[in-house]
Amino acid sequence: MDILDIIKPENQVFCKTKLMTDTALSYCPGCGHGTAHNLTMEVIDEMGIVEDTIGVAPVGCSVLAYDFMNIDMTQAAHGRAPAVATGIIRTWPEKYVFTYQGDGDLAAIGTAETIHACNRGENIVIIFINNGIYGMTGGQMAPTTLEGMHTSTSPYGREIKNMGSPLKITELIANLPGVYYVTRQSVHTHKHVRKAKKAIRTAFENTRLKKGLSFVEIVSNCNSGWKMTPNEANIWMEENMFSYFPLGDIKVDGKLK
Amino acid sequence: MSELKLMKGNEALAEAAIRAGVDAYFGYPITPQSEVIEYLMTERPELRTGMVVLQAESEVAAINMVYGAASTGKKVMTSSSSPGISLKQEGISYMAGAELPAVIVNVVRGGPGLGTIQPSQADYFQSVKGGGHGDYKLYVLAPASVQEMSDFVTDAFDIAFKYRAPVLILSDGLIGQMMEKVVLKDQVERISDKDLIKMNGYWATTGKKDRERNIITSLDLQSEKMEARVHRLQKKYVKMELEDLRYETIDCEDADYLIVAYGSSARISQKAVELARKKGIKVGLLRPITLFPFPKKQLFDLANQVKGILSVELNAGQMVEDVKLAVEHKVPVEHFGRTGGIIHTPEEVLEALEQKIINHGHFRHHKTRESSIL
Amino acid sequence: MAKVRGAIVVQTETCKGCEVCIPVCPEKVIGMSTDVNRKGFHFAYMDHPEDCTGCTNCGLVCPDRAISVYRVKTSE
Repeated sequence: MDILDIIKPENQVFCKTKLMTDTALSYCPGCGHGTAHNLTMEVIDEMGIVEDTIGVAPVGCSVLAYDFMNIDMTQAAHGRAPAVATGIIRTWPEKYVFTYQGDGDLAAIGTAETIHACNRGENIVIIFINNGIYGMTGGQMAPTTLEGMHTSTSPYGREIKNMGSPLKITELIANLPGVYYVTRQSVHTHKHVRKAKKAIRTAFENTRLKKGLSFVEIVSNCNSGWKMTPNEANIWMEENMFSYFPLGDIKVDGKLK
Repeated sequence: MSELKLMKGNEALAEAAIRAGVDAYFGYPITPQSEVIEYLMTERPELRTGMVVLQAESEVAAINMVYGAASTGKKVMTSSSSPGISLKQEGISYMAGAELPAVIVNVVRGGPGLGTIQPSQADYFQSVKGGGHGDYKLYVLAPASVQEMSDFVTDAFDIAFKYRAPVLILSDGLIGQMMEKVVLKDQVERISDKDLIKMNGYWATTGKKDRERNIITSLDLQSEKMEARVHRLQKKYVKMELEDLRYETIDCEDADYLIVAYGSSARISQKAVELARKKGIKVGLLRPITLFPFPKKQLFDLANQVKGILSVELNAGQMVEDVKLAVEHKVPVEHFGRTGGIIHTPEEVLEALEQKIINHGHFRHHKTRESSIL
Repeated sequence: MAKVRGAIVVQTETCKGCEVCIPVCPEKVIGMSTDVNRKGFHFAYMDHPEDCTGCTNCGLVCPDRAISVYRVKTSE
């Protein structure tokens, strides 16, 4: 059978969702941000809720998320996305509101906003991309940078006695009663992508059912920051990031696992 | 129907917000304006109009909640006092850049730093010279009474939505805490979501439906686009100056000397004008009601008539600089003002006028400014 | 028994040559081109097109959604 016959439109089983624009992603080759964007948009598309969805973009690599996500979005100041999302959901309680944030945005400057939005149990989804580094600004140490990890502001490796341990913000907020669903996923293999998409779907379904806050962490790579090729980074991530930030559900239906 | 009540400034402002059909208030406790959120929490406007009231974890969070709701076209406000307003500056700059309508209230207290909880007007520079980063200004309304503290909520939102810009109500601890008669406006219905989408759906993030997506952002990495955005903002400020300048003149027709004062200092200066006239000194008062736009032309004209101007402010001298700029050295301009939370008396104002302007000889070109403290 | 044939279409200008799709392909179909796209990236292509089953693994992991996947049952 000739390839041209195979690639007829009726035979298509997978393609980019229309909720992603045609703007070329600004992310480095192989960066998990792109995949996380796609999954979020695919879920919104499949749930048919784009007309009621408002995204909140952070400051960081994904500051330009609204150039790629073909939905209504508002751009928050660094760390303030959960507060911006609170302002939206409180005045539009029937909407689907999500923040899309990096580790510096959510677990450093935005820690208070993260914890208090979670503690209030805002009926929103927080998508948290944890790649253990400040990517946009050129690879500085982040709250989730692992011990010994070299970054431009921990050139000799992160020292616990100097900068404390990597912050497990996800486990921290999981203990807050207002938080209904907490999970940690990744998007570096097809298996993980399928699980991550299911998790994001669950999060948005929780919003529909007004269950309170859903928190989806996606442990991801930062190829330019970690100074590795994408595949090397994914292997390094499995061996190092996952041991400190174990994947899997942490809180389901309001109960810690 | 409108009601006459005896109310604290802060409470009159809160009640006015409910009656103006405000959709949401996000606040945080700080003396001397905690009554605003306390009143709202007690009044439970969600039962009266559906208005949301939420206490945030910080002023930073509160202003960003305002930013979020404002980005969807809702009528949103916050209030705080000096240190809290400093914390909100980044958020306010973002709202100016993202062109979001909202109202911010500053019930000013003594500064800098933790300062004091007594009244002050030392946030003038912060209020009219931008306050946050970047080329932007705030439209600033300065109430001088509990009545204006109430009325200006409606006025501020009219300006905010006319220009899609954040507006500041610059009050102070005196006006916020004192009780006065106030005529409260009738209840204005909150705008329904459907009507809001019809009015603001072309720019606000209400959910992409039957249109392209809306994006609210203050970011433009391409310089040409950022410059176009900055120029678009400056055009607003020019238009504000042309169309929405507000001021009041009292006894200026025959004035030989002029006092310029806003807010509580204007109230006190009115009494000083009376005292002066009893002594045969013809003094007039120019009260800027908007601090930006500033009554520059009116000052320029009055400078042709009077022999000297005293800027009376509860600070170490801030608005005096704008008065000097407006007057362009035609006549001497000096400053008087107590600080630290002490309220100057009418007698002190008159004494300063006599010492610094009237008895100080006529024309002193290029004399270094003698600060009121040294 | 009906055999499933698959194929992928790579948007060569979108692909950034990150190669993340290569290890997830169970049939080792994908290879990297020797020439480059406008941005100077080598791009993915079907090195062994006959082995593709259209399982969509590559499509799922591609951050830039540069890969569309097709699948058809054949009577061969």
